[in-house]
Amino acid sequence: MPDTMPTGGDRTARVALIGAPNSGKTSLFNALTGSNQRVGNYSGVTVERKEGTATTPGGHRLSIIDLPGTHSLRARSPDEEVTRDIVLGAYPDVPATDLLLVVADATHLRPGLRLAQELKRVGIPVLLVVNMIDIAAARGIEIDLDRMSAELGLPVVASTAVRKAGMAALHARLDRMLDEGLAPRGALEWTHPTATDLRAALREADRVIAASVRLPAAPRTATSVIDTVVLHPVAGPIILLGLMFAMFQAVFAGAAPIMDLIAAGFESLAAVVEATLPAGLLRSLLVEGALAGVGAVMIFLPQIVILFLFILLLEDLGYMARAAFLMDNLMGHAGLHGRAFIPLLSSFACAIPGIMAARVIDDRRDRLVTILIAPLMTCSARIPVYTLLIGAFIPARDVIGGIGLQGLVMFGLFAAGVVSALTVALAVRLVFRRHEIPAPLMLDLPDYKLPRLSGVLLGLWQRAWTFLRRAGTIIFAASVVIWVLSSFPLPPEGATGPAIDYSFAAAIGHLVEPLLRPLGFNWEIAVALVAGLAAREVTVAGLATVYAVSSPGAAALGTALAAEWSLATALALLAWFIFAPQCLSTLVVIRRETGRARWMWVTVVYMFTLAWLAAFATYRIATLLGG
Amino acid sequence: MEYGTLDALVSTTTLGAARKGFRGTVVSVLPIEGVGRLPADEMERRLVEMGFIEGAEIEIIHEGPIRRDPIAVRVGSATVALRRRDALAILAE
Repeated sequence: MPDTMPTGGDRTARVALIGAPNSGKTSLFNALTGSNQRVGNYSGVTVERKEGTATTPGGHRLSIIDLPGTHSLRARSPDEEVTRDIVLGAYPDVPATDLLLVVADATHLRPGLRLAQELKRVGIPVLLVVNMIDIAAARGIEIDLDRMSAELGLPVVASTAVRKAGMAALHARLDRMLDEGLAPRGALEWTHPTATDLRAALREADRVIAASVRLPAAPRTATSVIDTVVLHPVAGPIILLGLMFAMFQAVFAGAAPIMDLIAAGFESLAAVVEATLPAGLLRSLLVEGALAGVGAVMIFLPQIVILFLFILLLEDLGYMARAAFLMDNLMGHAGLHGRAFIPLLSSFACAIPGIMAARVIDDRRDRLVTILIAPLMTCSARIPVYTLLIGAFIPARDVIGGIGLQGLVMFGLFAAGVVSALTVALAVRLVFRRHEIPAPLMLDLPDYKLPRLSGVLLGLWQRAWTFLRRAGTIIFAASVVIWVLSSFPLPPEGATGPAIDYSFAAAIGHLVEPLLRPLGFNWEIAVALVAGLAAREVTVAGLATVYAVSSPGAAALGTALAAEWSLATALALLAWFIFAPQCLSTLVVIRRETGRARWMWVTVVYMFTLAWLAAFATYRIATLLGG
Repeated sequence: MEYGTLDALVSTTTLGAARKGFRGTVVSVLPIEGVGRLPADEMERRLVEMGFIEGAEIEIIHEGPIRRDPIAVRVGSATVALRRRDALAILAE
């Protein structure tokens, strides 16, 4: 390395990583920046803007942006528009790029090479990184990098992003390029390619591959062996169902011991506070407000972590694209795109990542329908409410052969969410989209990869942290607000009824009650539902506060509810929660992702309408049957 | 369309009607306007981007569980899932 820096060499070079989906771009980004974001395997998992900084061994500072995966600069989805605009320098708040790192999968070079040729015309220096060279070598694929570079007219370097040693060549090349100084931005010659241009580019890529790559004779990889079972017309759907069943089993059975532990922890914390503080407002605020409210929600952390563990593992493994393949026909009948399976499955954990994952659907109307039905999938915030009500009102007895009634009801609620989501999609199709031709499905089925533990753990930690932050902020604040509303004004001297009857909360509850009375809801439920507009799980905290149950364990609250409500009311409330859009964050995200407040209001109105009708029908039928 | 001459069209099958195990070479990629939601030229570009160009070796390696739809097609070193309706645009021999 020469000692002298070229002029402007001390400036941070702006590098953009661009590549086809599943080219290992995100792992390369992690290897370069050390920031270790999650590496997904499903086409288009990189939907958010990711930036990082790095210093090369030669001391050059890099600012690296990880662009959403794309086959071409022709933007077909919002994701790809971002990529195009950044590369063309048209993106408002991102400075112009100095160097494009085009990432190509060494085992599947065609898309990367085609993209590299397209990017040559943009006028920014390009370095082609042939990634996953280790996997290619293991499969007997021999790549002559010098020849490839000569044929392409671009510098080419190989890398193995998941190993430290695999980055040495790339680092050395980056240092050499930066020492020599990058060429200034040239003229923009990129134009919208026609089908003929694309064909020519693909043939050119094939020519380069033919000249520089030697493929082994019979490439039968592990992926094709696994796929003969996983995509089998009979075995495939059975495996998919089995995986879904195992997932829910793990969420409900597997999480129970840890949940009991957390509940016990909060109970002993409450006992400590009660022992140290004298009876009074402060103790009441801490025990009945903060601890009861936050504790009632915190115990669901294990369930959420387990659900996300399954989703992250399946995504990293490459199974999600297979699930989309198996589900496509079924989803097509409901007017949904096969790709909608992934956003909808993520929505079982939380509708927010689900709605954001809908960006992988390039057809605008298909994407909109997916976004509008995503909140109907049973998200983890409903689990606290369901668990509480099922525990309190559904007897814990076996129906047949070891299948518990409680578990069956829970399964029924999940199924109701799926069925209603598909029904809404079908209704939208029949009413508004009757004459529409379905949008095409073109889904890359990537090779299977073993998930990397660090990536999965990081993803899990990010999800758990989001949940904890919510519990610490929104839910804590809501618990305190509910406590204040239900404690003040203080009951007058000589009052006979419970203190809460005189509070603001009671006034609000009585105000809303007429709307909800046909559903069998009393004013206490009305208070909890109003509080739960912020987030569904706050309803549990709200009920705990309103019924002045200081113990945070779900069991104590359940006993109180069982004494106060009829079975019909409880069932109606369960029906309400299948549909009600009680989550401000979801609504905000819908507004952001659709770009229109209108769709947020459509969601609010249709979901509340369904919730009211479902709860009404449930209450009336249950009352008739003697509930 | 680069070299999909009429002679070649006679002995061809459309990928949309082919069964699992079908192996062949792409003769032409020619979506018909109005068959799909997308304009024909956009559909053609997308198929080309996924690797379907004249002369490409293809093989149907999987069929979906319901009505054998969609199909998974090996094209080059990639595997692409397509609906049969969209695969009608691809003629192979």
